[in-house]
Amino acid sequence: MLAFTLRRMIQAIGVMLAVGIIAFAMFRFAGDPVNQMVSIDTSAAERAAIRKSLGLDDPIIVEFAHYFANAAQFKFGVSYQFRLPVADLLKERMPATLELATCATILAMVFGILMGVYSALRRDTLLAKAFQAISLIGISLPTFLIGILLIYLFSVTLGWLPSFGRGEVVKIGWWSTGLLTLSGLKALIMPSITLGLFQMTLIMRLVRAEMLEVLRTDYIRFARARGLTTRAIHFGHALKNTLVPVITVTGLQFGSVIAFAIITETVFQWPGMGLLFVQAVQNVDIPIMAAYLLMVSLIFVTINLVVDILYTVVDPRLRATISRPA
Amino acid sequence: MSDAVVPHKTDAGAPAAHASASGWFTRVIESDLFYSFCRSKLTITAALVTLLFFLLAIFAPLISVQNPFDPAQLQLINSRIPPLWTADGQTPFLLGTDEQGRDVLSAILYGLRISLVVGVLGVAFSGALGILLGLIAGYVGGAVDSLIMRIADVQLTFPAILIALLVNGVVKSVFGNRLDAASMLGVLVLAIGLSFWVQYARTVRGSVLVEKSKDYIAAAQLIGLPAPVIMLRHVLPNTMSPILVIATINLALAIITEATLSFLGSGMPDTMPSLGTLIRIGNNYLFSGEWWIVAFPGFALAALILSINLLGDWLRDALNPKLR
Repeated sequence: MLAFTLRRMIQAIGVMLAVGIIAFAMFRFAGDPVNQMVSIDTSAAERAAIRKSLGLDDPIIVEFAHYFANAAQFKFGVSYQFRLPVADLLKERMPATLELATCATILAMVFGILMGVYSALRRDTLLAKAFQAISLIGISLPTFLIGILLIYLFSVTLGWLPSFGRGEVVKIGWWSTGLLTLSGLKALIMPSITLGLFQMTLIMRLVRAEMLEVLRTDYIRFARARGLTTRAIHFGHALKNTLVPVITVTGLQFGSVIAFAIITETVFQWPGMGLLFVQAVQNVDIPIMAAYLLMVSLIFVTINLVVDILYTVVDPRLRATISRPA
Repeated sequence: MSDAVVPHKTDAGAPAAHASASGWFTRVIESDLFYSFCRSKLTITAALVTLLFFLLAIFAPLISVQNPFDPAQLQLINSRIPPLWTADGQTPFLLGTDEQGRDVLSAILYGLRISLVVGVLGVAFSGALGILLGLIAGYVGGAVDSLIMRIADVQLTFPAILIALLVNGVVKSVFGNRLDAASMLGVLVLAIGLSFWVQYARTVRGSVLVEKSKDYIAAAQLIGLPAPVIMLRHVLPNTMSPILVIATINLALAIITEATLSFLGSGMPDTMPSLGTLIRIGNNYLFSGEWWIVAFPGFALAALILSINLLGDWLRDALNPKLR
């Protein structure tokens, strides 16, 4: 168990190192950092001074170590467009993205599980077929089209919901939240649906498949033979056992929800990290791109690691198979 | 669908004497795949719609009333005309025009061309890259195998759209922000290719590992065939059916990715718009009531992706021996 945990952690560090090398290569070789920071009339001597102060004359290994040491302390350099430290920009934008991603995930889980359970238990009803059709549409429609459709329906035609921004936000320390004001909550609805729809279809399909599988097993038949109520069997026994894979998948998908927030944030002009990243790509702001890559990878790798370790804690069968080859 | 459960249509090619020219045709007609295709109305519809889109794209210059990429043919006097069936519609512009006086239908047809070209080339590139790396990893094994597969593992944890955006940004920063429309098309193909190769590589590697231990490979090695020949001529053909499924589903994904990149403003420029670019442009006029500028490109994109996805779903089930 300890060996497994250690091995997974070393793997995770390896991945972060690899991503770090890519981020560094982008930062260092894609475009000259000095050219991006100075104006046309900067003299050659000044350029050389900046070059030296950035440490660009050092051997590449030293430079990489330097970059990595800085990145570990969340110092990602200065943004070319905003002339502000990238870390501050990310910190300012992070609450918006995390709130959006969390709401979308909760929404996806609640509706995904409900729809999945229903379409597994009442397989041939019209509603179950409608859910299947919705899931096909959820997979086929690009995220931005769903967003535009929602805006047209609820902002342009009905005028119920705001089409862009976060509404009013309340500051709690450095964290700005939109969850405590009415306009903030209203602004959150459409982006959350847009972002959560894909996850919802995924969860729905998974719950449906798992539920159908579990309902065929012997212990469910035994529970029926014991004369338990249908409700106790379906929700006490069957659903409980389908939830483990669902939670795993949802956990693992949280990283990609954050990445997909790039699209949703652009459609709704949501002031999060994704919008910052898209603007960075358009304006070739390499420090932000590199920092975003590092941050998102860190989130991904951490979630993967935690889920993997938790899984072995929860499921004793896995522990046996892991320790055998080791 | 095995022969035991569902009988063949035996009346399709009755005469036993096959001319070599009509031979492959009869083989197609009599195949299990074609039979299962004919049984699903949804699949036939999806195939017809997909075919229609490809034909529309190929014959775009013949159908459309103007070349939307040629600024000389656009007249500002024709800007923001609503679709023909509304009160203010004007004759040549069936689906209305946009801000620059560009006919929406013509723009969709030409945009469809770009979306399909980028999609097909992107799938071809990612497929070639993935198949090559998968063959090498599976056939050579050892350290090469672990290196390629570790890279694949790492990349698989990241969504394709993020990788495509990064590739895009890096290429832009290397070449400066002044790429012309045609080279932007190449950048998109590159970005999509580098984002989607992993699935091919994993699948091919898995199949290669299975095939490698079989006798015919040992025989091929014994008669002294070089490794590349064995890989390409003998191993590869036996891994084709899962690749076909992945390629179909990835075509839809590649088109979505291209549209998304263009929508985000890092894809095709406004002067040579793809469907995604058209949707981005149209999105700006949503609030001023010009819904047709965004609605029709959006509908075309959704219909295209849905029909390709339906084809992919069918192909996956039809080629899966477990479901037969």
